[in-house]
Amino acid sequence: MLLRVENLTVKYGNVEVLHGLNLHVAKGEIVTILGANGAGKSTTLMTISGLVRSSSGGIFFHDRPLHQLEAHGIVGLGVAQVPEGRRVFTTLSVRENLHLGAFTQTDPALIRRNLDWVYEMFPILRTRRSQLAGTLSGGEQQMLAIGRGLMANPKILLLDEPSLGLAPILVKSIFSTIREINKSGVTIVLVEQNARLALKLADRGYVLETGRIVLEDTAKGLLADPEVRTAYLGGV
Amino acid sequence: MKPATVLNIVVVAVLLMAPYWLNPYWVDVLNSIGLYAVLALSLNIILGYAGLFHMGHAAFFAMGTYTTAILNTQFGIPVLWLLPLSGLAAGAFAMIVARPIIHLRGDYLLIVTIGIVEIVRIALVNNVFGITGGANGIFGISRPHLFGHVIRTPHEFYYLIFAFAAATVLLFVRLENSRFGRALNYIREDDTAAEGSGIDTAHYKLVAFVLGAFWAGMAGNIFAAKMTIVSPESFTFWESVVMFTIVILGGSGNIRGVLLGAFLIIGLPEVFREFAGARMLFFGAAMVVMMIFRPKGILPPRARTYCLDFLPETPKGIGR
Repeated sequence: MLLRVENLTVKYGNVEVLHGLNLHVAKGEIVTILGANGAGKSTTLMTISGLVRSSSGGIFFHDRPLHQLEAHGIVGLGVAQVPEGRRVFTTLSVRENLHLGAFTQTDPALIRRNLDWVYEMFPILRTRRSQLAGTLSGGEQQMLAIGRGLMANPKILLLDEPSLGLAPILVKSIFSTIREINKSGVTIVLVEQNARLALKLADRGYVLETGRIVLEDTAKGLLADPEVRTAYLGGV
Repeated sequence: MKPATVLNIVVVAVLLMAPYWLNPYWVDVLNSIGLYAVLALSLNIILGYAGLFHMGHAAFFAMGTYTTAILNTQFGIPVLWLLPLSGLAAGAFAMIVARPIIHLRGDYLLIVTIGIVEIVRIALVNNVFGITGGANGIFGISRPHLFGHVIRTPHEFYYLIFAFAAATVLLFVRLENSRFGRALNYIREDDTAAEGSGIDTAHYKLVAFVLGAFWAGMAGNIFAAKMTIVSPESFTFWESVVMFTIVILGGSGNIRGVLLGAFLIIGLPEVFREFAGARMLFFGAAMVVMMIFRPKGILPPRARTYCLDFLPETPKGIGR
C-alpha cells in the first residue's frame, strides 16, 4: 500500500473536524474523496501533506510515518500537494513558479526532464513561461499549480479541487490531463465537489460526511449508489 | 555599458571622493548614513526578503555594540578583532529569542519584537550582570587599529565604514540571488505555498533572523569604535523604528532602495537643520505623501528574475 491513513483525528483548536479517518491508496490508483462543504476533505489532504498537524492517528507513506514529519520533508519524500485556490506565486514568472516546485530536487537533469514533461502536458505554460503568473487566467494558473506540484517529482499527487472556479471546458481538459499524469505513473488523490466528474476519472472513492467516512467503494459502485446519486449527483 | 552600471560607478566614485571636499561635520553625517545603511541592509534580509515584521533590530545592534564595549574595556581585546565576535553574540542572541516566536505572523511578530528591544534596553539600563554600566553606559572604548594605523578622525572612519558597507552590499547582492535568497522570496510571497513546495520555512526564517542579527552586531562593533562611549539611549525603540522606516520607505527587498532610504532618512534631517523645529514636520509630511503615492517604497524591488541558466531551454518547435 502506497499511502495509509489510520484512525486520523484532526482538531482545529478544540473542535475536532476529523474523527478517526481510515483510508488507503494503492500505487497507480486515482482515488477521490467526495463530500459537502465542511466535511473535512481539504483538511484530510492538508494533514497528509503536513500543513495541518494531526492530533492522533497515523499517516504512512511506504510505511514511513508522515504525521511525524514537517510539510517540507513530506514533499521531499514524493508527496506533492496542489492546494485549493491554486496559490501560485503571482509576482514570479511561470518558469520561476515551476522551478520553485523543484526546490527539493537537486539533479538538474531530472529537473529539466520534469520541466519538459510539464510543458508537454500543458503547452500553454511553455508559451507563457516568461509571463508573470498573476497575469494568467484561472485555468492557466490551475495548470501552473499542477505543474509546480509535478516539478517536485512526486510519487503521489494530492489535488485539492482542481475544478474550482473554472469554465466547464477547462475542467474537462484539466481532468483529462490528470488522467495522463496518472498514466505516467503518478498516484493521485483527488478532492472534488464536482462528484460526477471525479467519479468518472477515479478508480475508487470515499464519501466523507462531517469528518467521518460513510462510504467506500469503486468509482463505478459509487456512481450507481442510490444514496450517492441523491446526495451528490443531483438525484437522477 | 548599461545605465545601471554607469550609475553604480558614478555613485561609488562620488562616495570615494566625498571626504575630500566635505568638512568633518558632513563626513560624520555620511558616517551615520553608512552605519544606518548597513543596519538597514541587515534588517532588509528579515523584513524585505523574508517579509517578517521585525521592529526590534536595535536589540541586536545593542548586543554587538555592548559585546565590543565590554570585551574591549575589560579585557583590552583590539576593537576590530571583536568584529566577528560581536556578530556572533548578536546572532546567538537572535537564535535564542527568535526560535520560539518565528511562527508568529505579521503584526503579532511585530509586537513581540518591540518587546525584545525594550527588554534589552531596560536590561542595559539596570546594569544587568553588573557589566553594562547602567544608564551611564560604558566609556573608554579604544580606537580601532588597522595595519598599525589608528583610525580616529571622521575622515578615517569614513573609509572604514564605507568599506564595510561596500562589502555588505556585495555579499547581500550574492545572497539575493542564492538558493537562500530565492527561498526567502517565496516565503514572503506565500509561506504556506512555500512550505507546501518543500521549503523548510521555519528554518529559513530563523536563518534570516540570525544572519540579519549577525550583521547588525558587526555594525554595532563599528558603532562602538566610532563613538568610544556606548549607552542604552542609543538603542531605544525609536532606533528600531528608524531602521524599519529606512527599509520600508526606501523599498523593502531592494538594496538600492534601502541605500537611498538611509541617505534620505538620516541625511535629510541634517540638510534641513535650519528649519529647526519644523524639520520633523516636513519629514513626517513627506513620509505620509510617500506612503500614499509609492506604498512599496521609493525604489520597489523589481519582479524577480532568477538566473535559471543551468536549466537550458528545450529546443524550439515543441509546443510553441
